[in-house]
Amino acid sequence: MSVAARRGGRFVRRLAHRLTGQPETSAAIWETIGLARHQDRPYPLDYIGRLWPEFEELHGDRLYGDDPAIVAGIGRGVGGPVAVIGHQKGRDTAERTYRNFGMPGPEGYRKGMRVMALAEKLDLPLITLIDTPGAFPGSGAEERGQGGAIARSMQTTLRLRVPVIAVVIGEGSSGGALALGVADRVMMLENSTYSVISPEGGAAILWRDAGKARDAAAAFQPTAANCYRWGIADAVVPEPPGGAHRDHDEAARLLGGYITRALRDLRAQPPAERRRLRRERYRRIGAYREVAAGDPAAIAAGRLDATTNGSPGTP
Amino acid sequence: MTKRQITVSVDKLRRRRPAESAPPRRLPADERSCPRCQSHWRAEEMRRNLRVCATCGHHFAVSARERVGQLAEGGPWVELWPELRASDPLQFVDLQPYPDRVEKAERGGSDEALICAELEIRGHRCVAAVMDFSFLGGSMGAVVGEKIARAAERCVDKGLPLVVITASGGARMQEGVLALMQMAKTVVAFEALSDAELPTIVLLAHPTTGGVWASFASLGDVTYAEPGALIAFSGPRVIEQTTRETLPDDFGRAETQLAKGQIDAVVDRRDLTTRIARVLAILDRPTGLDPPPAVTWAQHRAEKAAEVAKHLPDLSRRLVAKAKPRRPEDADEEDVE
Repeated sequence: MSVAARRGGRFVRRLAHRLTGQPETSAAIWETIGLARHQDRPYPLDYIGRLWPEFEELHGDRLYGDDPAIVAGIGRGVGGPVAVIGHQKGRDTAERTYRNFGMPGPEGYRKGMRVMALAEKLDLPLITLIDTPGAFPGSGAEERGQGGAIARSMQTTLRLRVPVIAVVIGEGSSGGALALGVADRVMMLENSTYSVISPEGGAAILWRDAGKARDAAAAFQPTAANCYRWGIADAVVPEPPGGAHRDHDEAARLLGGYITRALRDLRAQPPAERRRLRRERYRRIGAYREVAAGDPAAIAAGRLDATTNGSPGTP
Repeated sequence: MTKRQITVSVDKLRRRRPAESAPPRRLPADERSCPRCQSHWRAEEMRRNLRVCATCGHHFAVSARERVGQLAEGGPWVELWPELRASDPLQFVDLQPYPDRVEKAERGGSDEALICAELEIRGHRCVAAVMDFSFLGGSMGAVVGEKIARAAERCVDKGLPLVVITASGGARMQEGVLALMQMAKTVVAFEALSDAELPTIVLLAHPTTGGVWASFASLGDVTYAEPGALIAFSGPRVIEQTTRETLPDDFGRAETQLAKGQIDAVVDRRDLTTRIARVLAILDRPTGLDPPPAVTWAQHRAEKAAEVAKHLPDLSRRLVAKAKPRRPEDADEEDVE
């Protein structure tokens, strides 16, 4: 950390403080959620334009249609030639409607899988940029196999031999985010969030009141610092002061540096080993207890501090 | 003048009654009433009928352990890793603390939302992973993910097929993003089975939604669903709230999903064991994985044929040998021998 702090300057020093300091208060968590959803925050196409100036966007899943909520293509720039897939939200009302607020249907994930296959064929590293409130809940999406598309998207990334880097650039909620989030290295921007469900969705289900989103956010603790502690994120990428929306160029430059370094590390591994480690990474996530089999006292106690087996993210 | 028939809808009469009279009589503990046809069944009858209404075919919910018993059909089975229990990594509190919820759910009779077992289904040894909707909505937390991963690894070790029965509302929210990651973990587990060329059979019971449907539940080699089961990524309530659509009653039901090409068949619970056994019989291989199954299978057939030929009486063996060389070019070789 200290080496990185010296090399990275003030951003990294501030970040290090954030990662090692006290857990965030609920007000700070809510502020982060606001920043993660800020309408001026850079979206995948903003990063792509800066990091991979030569970019060819590819359209359509070759089965049903083209989903504008997911952008995918091949580009040259940071890390050489790469394949990029990302959730694209819209900035104004018209574009937001067109992009479906960054909520993909199965077509979007199948377009992604097509580009993953392309990356595998042409030996291009895959970069995914995650920013979605979740997969689109609609009857049409269900009929065309939303669940299966998400599952197979994860399956496809697990089969790739090329390096895969996932970056949560805004909000990453539910399976809609994880569909693109299975990778060798998972990075989160400083003010991004990663959660099992959006705070509003969680509040509607657990509190039976969507207005309790703040409470839900405080309970889910979806910030980058927490995900880093739990071992969900391997790195937290610093943002310009005040948040990525203040300075898109600087945000892209910082992210570019992290991607370059991660790709250099990943390229040093043999492909089969890389794939094995990628599976291993997800195999060991999870915290559970083990009670003595048939020990009624332990079962009745049901307390979780007693014999906690493994902390999150450690084998 | 023709007589006009007076039609009285029994349904209507029945519908009106509860508002006027006292609340419905509470059933004795050992009796259940079918919500569809109002037939009454004693607990003993329910168990014997596999918790299917014998009158109208309504499928009641089944606990995971009873489900394994149904698959084993009274045969012996061993529960695997019953010692795994949920932990509370986020110190999560919604309307009540997560540990209290777990404790309350454990008092209901099951210790987690998924149990694993090793058993024989009509003589075919396999590992079964069965979900229990009554435990916190069958939600997938770290324990479910770990058990699925271990079940897959045991299958790979022993060369056994995996049978999964799902009933779940999705990822367990109280475990936050760690629960979300269990989706990826179960997909990794199924990848191990895929590499080992071992079959997976998935039965989707009511309901299979959210993160479970979007991970291992949709990756089965053969995917069955129970009649009337709700199978969806987003539940109907969420869809109606988000998109303001009005959904038909059969939205996401097993029959609809079959018509939309998302599952292989809708299977009545009373036929389930037969169907699973048939698939296992088709795919049955004599030994494990080493040497690779295809080779083993061919070798096994060849050995079996040789064995059969050895036990044939001399006369027929000669007949078999003689019947072969019909073509003239083969005849020379036969003479040499």
